Amino acid sequence: MPTTAPAFSDATASDSALRRFLHGLPGVDAVGLEARAASLGTRSIKTTAKAYAIDLAISMIDLTTLEGADTPGKVRALAAKAVNPDPTDRTAPRTAAVCVYPDMAATAVAALAGSGVKVASVATAFPAGRAALDVKLADVRDAVAAGADEIDMVIDRGAFLSGHYLKVYEEILAVKAECARADGPDARLKVIFETGELSTYDNIRRASWLGMLAGADFIKTSTGKVGTNATPANTLLMLEAVRDFRAQTGVQIGVKPAGGIRTSKDAIKFLVLVNETAGEDWLDNHWFRFGASSLLNDLLMQRQKLSTGRYSGPDYVTVD
Amino acid sequence: MASAFEYAPAPESRSVVDIAPSYGLFIDGEFTDAADGKVFKTVSPSSEEVLSEVAQAGAADVDRAVKAARKAFEKWSALPGSERAKYLFRIARIIQERSRELAVLETLDNGKPIKETRDADLPLVAAHFFYYAGWADKLDHAGYGANPRPLGVAGQIIPWNFPLLMLAWKIAPALATGNTVVLKPAETTPLSALFFADICRQAGLPKGVVNILTGYGDAGAALVEHEDVNKIAFTGSTAVGKAIARQIAGTNKKVTLELGGKGANIVFDDAPIDQAVEGIVTGIFFNQGQVCCAGSRLLVQESIQDELLDALKRRLSTLRLGDPLDKNTDIGAINSAEQLARITALVETGEAEGAERWSASCELPSSGYWFAPTLFTNVTQAHTIARDEIFGPVLSVLSFRTPDEAVAKANNSQYGLSAGIWTEKGSRILAVANKLRAGVVWANTFNKFDPTSPFGGYKESGFGREGGRHGLEAYLDVR
Amino acid sequence: MSDNRLSVFKTYKLYVGGKFPRSESGRVYEVTDSKGKWLANAPQSSRKDARDAVVAARKAFGGWSGATAYNRGQILYRIAEMLEGRKDQFVREVADAEGLSKSKAAAVVDAAIDRWVWYAGWTDKIGQVVGGANPVAGPFFNLSTPEPTGVVTVLAPQKSSFLGLVSVIAPVIATGNTAVVVASADSPLPALSLGEVLATSDLPGGVVNILSGKTAEIAAPLASHQDVNAIDLTGADATLAKELEIAAADNLKRVLGPQPVDEGGAFDWSADPGTHRLTAFLETKTVWHPTGALGASGSSY
Repeated sequence: MPTTAPAFSDATASDSALRRFLHGLPGVDAVGLEARAASLGTRSIKTTAKAYAIDLAISMIDLTTLEGADTPGKVRALAAKAVNPDPTDRTAPRTAAVCVYPDMAATAVAALAGSGVKVASVATAFPAGRAALDVKLADVRDAVAAGADEIDMVIDRGAFLSGHYLKVYEEILAVKAECARADGPDARLKVIFETGELSTYDNIRRASWLGMLAGADFIKTSTGKVGTNATPANTLLMLEAVRDFRAQTGVQIGVKPAGGIRTSKDAIKFLVLVNETAGEDWLDNHWFRFGASSLLNDLLMQRQKLSTGRYSGPDYVTVD
Repeated sequence: MASAFEYAPAPESRSVVDIAPSYGLFIDGEFTDAADGKVFKTVSPSSEEVLSEVAQAGAADVDRAVKAARKAFEKWSALPGSERAKYLFRIARIIQERSRELAVLETLDNGKPIKETRDADLPLVAAHFFYYAGWADKLDHAGYGANPRPLGVAGQIIPWNFPLLMLAWKIAPALATGNTVVLKPAETTPLSALFFADICRQAGLPKGVVNILTGYGDAGAALVEHEDVNKIAFTGSTAVGKAIARQIAGTNKKVTLELGGKGANIVFDDAPIDQAVEGIVTGIFFNQGQVCCAGSRLLVQESIQDELLDALKRRLSTLRLGDPLDKNTDIGAINSAEQLARITALVETGEAEGAERWSASCELPSSGYWFAPTLFTNVTQAHTIARDEIFGPVLSVLSFRTPDEAVAKANNSQYGLSAGIWTEKGSRILAVANKLRAGVVWANTFNKFDPTSPFGGYKESGFGREGGRHGLEAYLDVR
Repeated sequence: MSDNRLSVFKTYKLYVGGKFPRSESGRVYEVTDSKGKWLANAPQSSRKDARDAVVAARKAFGGWSGATAYNRGQILYRIAEMLEGRKDQFVREVADAEGLSKSKAAAVVDAAIDRWVWYAGWTDKIGQVVGGANPVAGPFFNLSTPEPTGVVTVLAPQKSSFLGLVSVIAPVIATGNTAVVVASADSPLPALSLGEVLATSDLPGGVVNILSGKTAEIAAPLASHQDVNAIDLTGADATLAKELEIAAADNLKRVLGPQPVDEGGAFDWSADPGTHRLTAFLETKTVWHPTGALGASGSSY
């Protein structure tokens, strides 16, 4: 059973205690935060550093399909791509995971067996999260039972925005409990805040701490289903949160920006954020992920350019 | 475990700039040798490589330049403002066109990182000309009465820390208001002003309107002394500023002085900590701390001192010091051996007086002038490093307990140029800003500049304002 | 009342820190009218009187500069009201000092009273005229505000003993500065009497301090004083002005030059004063505040 990090056990003793704790976190100045993110975005990553970053980024992708039209065929194709992203170059690293809906988890597990690529499943009535707790927990149970290695849950933004922090916290605890497996490793839990709906940076910081206190293994920006998803600024803010949390508790937590990251240039900027904010301990797909789909092909084209010296084109990467 | 993310060198190309082996003075639209034929070398502070040899102006050259400016003044001041405006707009545009070349040049001659010349200096230079261009035909509406008149010939002396930006701050308002200028750049950074002379030629600016005299302090003193100069604008040290004030006593020369500072950056316990850390870094390590308005005194509330210093040291450890032309360099070279010696001496004084030194561990290049980002804790108001301007990447950390104490310590200085306030409480920002005796106050930000924003100090930081509508007054006969 | 009644002379005293001390030096000097007739003995201020006046002015600065502009305006207007009631005294003193007919002296006093009214109305307007928001190219609210320079030494005009005096004091204090005033050396009596009016006009003690004596002797320590922020050289001749300006450079005092010259009494103090005396002793403070971010992340907050 997960428990709150001991350093902060008081913070979650009651709704009011949790509110006091979250509202006592330092504020975020929006202009300064965005300026810092933009400034790190001007880093110039070239040659060997670029090659390193591209491979690292590929290895961090949660290759995602979350469509109503998903079929086992689509999921298998994606799984094949995850294992062997560039058919012309077998040295390309595998992605970190394939991310699907719970009913596709079993298909993905079968397709990826033995590959080392993880299966992540969204759950908890993704993306809105507007369902009864029992329904959400059943969703999680299904995915875990199907063999998902990782669960991407959404928080109850309505409860968060109306100030019912303890409700959000307890829900995460409950989901975390469902991630446990008696006969194998627990599923790792990614907690999605849907930052675009939280609206303020102060809220994103509070949500980050709330998620970490509740035992999240990863904190994740967004579902990819709303207008604003991962941005350098909100990801920077979450990287600060995991950095500070580890400094205070010794517990390391991962970060996953998701949605809207489509180019290699963007991905490299995020890796710079990781490198210069949380530090190199997070430069590993155990601790940092990209929730993305089209990003992979752009990384592969850039990778081809680096190895051949020629610019590549969309016909030289696979459409899946 | 991942291997570290090592950024490969990403140097900006030097080939965009073509530095001639020698340059003359720019007088009356022509490049010319100094009357006595003297020259001096300018070196790149990051490598000590000689970049070029430039003419060294003496009193005779000052006289020639002032005469040229005087001669040009008659027509220039009589030109309709709308025509003067167009010259300035042309200059602004040419600067934008040539901004990469000028950024690389400035980085070579000054030692500051290309990131700063590219993203801060050059955009601000162009913006400054663009802003004052628009004033040239609107002076009747500037609040200085109808048809305000220019002063005449402006003698302008600028420092080495922002060579081209300080040139823009001086020349743009002077020309917009109808003055002609004789400008002396600092001896360690003469090149960008000489390139600017070429831009004036490209823009078709009438001869003699802008004259550039490269040289040393003696040329500056001769310019201040010259009886046909109507206006002195100086940016530099407080000691020289006082000397100028004495020199012009009893004359009708109008003067503006933008001098030293010892800015207090005040961090309250309810600050947005991560942004405050960035603000502290920007405040004292921007341009290697060689900034008159640097936040060189950190005043931190005692209740968050340890936490803030830990965060600050962690952040300083990520600063990348090295080749200024590398696009990933955060900290470049100190501008000169002389300045490095001054910084070193003051840091030694800090240690001798018992303050506790901490420097980021970074490898310093073997040639050139370098100083690692440094902070001192256990500093009190009585320490030399809390009072004297170091003009280098050295932060003095002091603590306070209450807002009253913070304000009292911030104001306890002969200077009054800049200050910073970090708090999430709006009324505290306003209350503290109100009490600070400083010309520029940055709340939850630091070292921001804009052509529309007046800049200048209280007390011994000088007088007069540069920038904005206020900046026109310095060049108009309105007293 | 009998014509034979022996009148009561007034002992003229300095006005420092809201009090009326004699000179610390114990010295006085004879003040005569324009024809050389003895009028009174005035205190001959020393360096120490100058020092005390600076201490008083500095002490008063925080409160006066922190008062609302409206409050300062009310007090300056109150000064005009008080003067109106004591007009006869000032007409007599100005006539004696400047050798004017009673009617001409009355016109001067009227103009001086009106000048207080003019500046009373400026206290809460100058900030709007010379300050304001600057449209910087970024997510910042940027506001420039004029603030008083601090303690200002004012060398009052030598000839225009009252209208000139008021014309140099009022703008200095209207904006929140405090003043150490050196009165006309030969004609200090209207200035010393003005102190009595100021003391009864709700003006906090120390905001205006008035010294009489030899201008050069008092001005020298004030020009070099490190706790004086500015100096108005109106009452100095060219030689003295240059000396004082050199001394003032030691702490970079703001210097208002000896123009407009009042040599020979030629300067017309009744002309529209404009705003330059108000702005001469103002600093511009510019404060940057972040506004919301540009919304690049979908959040401006």
